[in-house]
Amino acid sequence: MVARTVRTDDRPAEAAEPDGAPAAWGHRHLLDVDVLAREDIVAVLDTAEAMEEVLQRRVARTPALRGVTVFNLFYEPSTRTRASFELAGKVLGADVINMTGSGSSVEKGESLIDTVATIRAIGADVIVMRHPSGGAPYLAAQHSDAHVVNAGDGLHAHPTQALLDAFTLRRRLGDLAGKRIVLIGDIKHSRVARSNVWALTTLGMEVTLVGPRTLLPTGLNAAPPASGRDLSLPRVRLEEDLDRAIEGADAVMALRLQRERMQGAFLPSLREFSRRYQITPERMARAREGAAVLHPGPMNEGVEIAADVAHGMQSEVERQVAHGVAVRMAVLYLLTQGVGAAT
Amino acid sequence: MTAPADAAVVMNAGAIRRALARIAHEVVERHPDTGRVILVGLRTRGAPMAARLAAAIEEFEGVIVERGAIDIGLHRDDLSLRGVRPALQPSDLPSSLDDRVVVLVDDVLFTGRSIRAAIDALLGYGRPSAIELAVLVDRGHRELPIRADYVGKNLPTRRGDDVQVRLEEVDGRDEVLVAGGAWEGGR
Repeated sequence: MVARTVRTDDRPAEAAEPDGAPAAWGHRHLLDVDVLAREDIVAVLDTAEAMEEVLQRRVARTPALRGVTVFNLFYEPSTRTRASFELAGKVLGADVINMTGSGSSVEKGESLIDTVATIRAIGADVIVMRHPSGGAPYLAAQHSDAHVVNAGDGLHAHPTQALLDAFTLRRRLGDLAGKRIVLIGDIKHSRVARSNVWALTTLGMEVTLVGPRTLLPTGLNAAPPASGRDLSLPRVRLEEDLDRAIEGADAVMALRLQRERMQGAFLPSLREFSRRYQITPERMARAREGAAVLHPGPMNEGVEIAADVAHGMQSEVERQVAHGVAVRMAVLYLLTQGVGAAT
Repeated sequence: MTAPADAAVVMNAGAIRRALARIAHEVVERHPDTGRVILVGLRTRGAPMAARLAAAIEEFEGVIVERGAIDIGLHRDDLSLRGVRPALQPSDLPSSLDDRVVVLVDDVLFTGRSIRAAIDALLGYGRPSAIELAVLVDRGHRELPIRADYVGKNLPTRRGDDVQVRLEEVDGRDEVLVAGGAWEGGR
């Protein structure tokens, strides 16, 4: 990797740029949103605007990441995240290799650390990892000098989803400071919710988490542990009554009820959950007029979201998917500053 | 931008205005069906130059010429050499450039690499019937087989010299400065 230099001097006229243009993004990996400052997030969103324009071109292809190899390493099923990382890499001219847990040496018992070392030895510059265990991408980042992007780890984090949600919200609502969003449903098992809490509060949104008590996180807003490092989430409101929480909200985000991660009795019944927490047209009428509806997908229509709302005028669901490509392009581009081969 | 002590002004506001007016006339002269022309400025300083050329053509000929802006950040060939990349901005171009005459507009023509990148980016929008190049200053030292069709001023320089174009819209005033390679901004 070429050493980063922060330049404050003038540059030759041919390399002209707006004065005061930002220095390098400064993060080697994207493991979660919690370490990103507001300006880091804004840099991703602004870069994604440029990427969105690239995607509108008739030939959506640029050579910015030519010579960069992106390795998608997915230990969990995924359609949209893996496909959008793959497309993002290809639009930027990177070589993209996909590997899933099944059908690889992982099935022969290879450890995560060995797999990551092998992938690096093959020539990966970026490893995009999804893993069922929280923290797995952190382990990978410790044992590889490739850039690691967390594409979802267990119940922990899903930073690119949160960034694309922030991008979608910013396009719809403008400046997010002071705007209100309600995250609804299975907060406890949602890495999407967790990363979104970081991203959206950092951008100044007021976040309310709504769900049955059994599906709300515990230990929120707790005092920092004695170790000195504050591991609690930023300040959010918790609410069990959706009708009350949704009143006047600027945006509503439904989360997928993750039945595959539930062991034990979190819910008395699915019908009870739907009755109290499904986003319905009636409930949307309580939100601010024209409020945005988001869902990270895949949707359980008729469970956490009514079909009318999922596909209605206020739904951003399809745009979220489309924005996912632009935001992931921005992340790959910002992380690999200085990696690409010169011609 | 800070000006080095030994920087010399080689074009003042009047010279820049006259050069752009002349280029505007030349574009019209070469393209009688001026409506086919689209002026595409390279960010940052090519974009306001393209706007000024469009305004001049409209003033002289009464023809409204379309204009756009292109960010070449994703198409540069020196990304790994620069370390820090400038912030990207979305390009602003019509969805199709088929059969249009594209006049790329940039402040300084030096190695030609920015123009190569701009041509590369343009081709993502279709197949223009021609791509031409207008620059305020041609300072020589090309590294690629690229030449300008419209030149405001030919400026002989040493390779290490630094040429700075300042424009009202970006820098608060119009002037072109050249300085020797000894100062901090040189290379």
